Amino acid sequence: MSQLIVVGISDYKFTKGPEVIVTYALGSCVGVCLYDRVTKIGGLSHVMLPDSTNFSAKDINRKKFADTALVDLVQELKNAGVRNNRIVAKIAGGAQMFAVQPGSKLGAIGERNIDCVKKALSHLRIPILAEDTGLNFGRTQYFDLETGIMKIQSLNRRIEEF
Amino acid sequence: MFNNYEELSDMQIDVLREIGNIGAGNAATALATILDEKVDMNVPSVRITGFDEAVQALGGAETMTVAVLVNFSGDGNGMIMFLLNIKDAKSIMDILVGEDDSEEELSEMKISGIKEIGNILSSSYVNAISALTGLNIQVSVPYIAIDMVGALMSVPIIEFGAIGDKLMFIEENFKGETNDLKSNMIMFAEINTLKIIMQKLGLEI
Repeated sequence: MSQLIVVGISDYKFTKGPEVIVTYALGSCVGVCLYDRVTKIGGLSHVMLPDSTNFSAKDINRKKFADTALVDLVQELKNAGVRNNRIVAKIAGGAQMFAVQPGSKLGAIGERNIDCVKKALSHLRIPILAEDTGLNFGRTQYFDLETGIMKIQSLNRRIEEF
Repeated sequence: MFNNYEELSDMQIDVLREIGNIGAGNAATALATILDEKVDMNVPSVRITGFDEAVQALGGAETMTVAVLVNFSGDGNGMIMFLLNIKDAKSIMDILVGEDDSEEELSEMKISGIKEIGNILSSSYVNAISALTGLNIQVSVPYIAIDMVGALMSVPIIEFGAIGDKLMFIEENFKGETNDLKSNMIMFAEINTLKIIMQKLGLEI
């Protein structure tokens, strides 16, 4: 395996096969893999919050929010030579880590992140090929740009490929 | 006047450290009573760090950790997490129930015991801050999870990291003197809550 490219919280990275991108220990955040199988160019975005519109533009890190990070990452991929209509997505994360009472905003954030990621991808006309989202456990997400395979590692589950 | 955690002055950070000291001191006393042994604590650290650094400071993203989470709300809003590794969680419960099963996993009974300890310590912490500041603060019921610390930390990071790219938490390490049991308490508070606390203590903000 080539060297791992690590994506931190509210960040994204993009590169080209045979590199592998990883983001560690997604909890309620959502990891979004974007990929073009023709050029083997792809990226991984570690989305932390659903929606930037409640914050003033000067305060925000665009890589933090579903509605801004994915637009920017797609633009980066296009600049790198990817045609928009070839980009596909695989997503993971958005767990509810603690079993808080139903209805509390703390419990719903993972789900809201997933919803807003899906909404943003739909606006960008990017199909979601696979997802491993929700439930109540953390996930480390590997994205192999040679094959386009997303690999998910959790503490109490064997490694799964998507 | 501070509007994000990075703008806290050295003096304000000193005040937060003292608040952590008072909260964690009360929690340490409670822990010592529960374990029936002396519990050591140091001066708390006030950490103002990036999100990834915060996770790194707690052992690294994929480190398996037991976390009890309590929310507090009312005149002040924030979160307390009681963190420990599986081995120490098991040891604490072995001491309390007077048995040493050699099972690798924490039983349901031991998990709920740890949850209750987290609850008692968090309440002690918050009560001390309430008494000091006169603020009316309620704590939630405790929640427990066992997972990668990075995934667990996503909860406070999301809650308190919306504005700016830094997180503030007050961290205290406890160590049981005879059994070398280590645990960790961290407290997060909203920016507005920090302002209210400073005002209540008669400080310029």
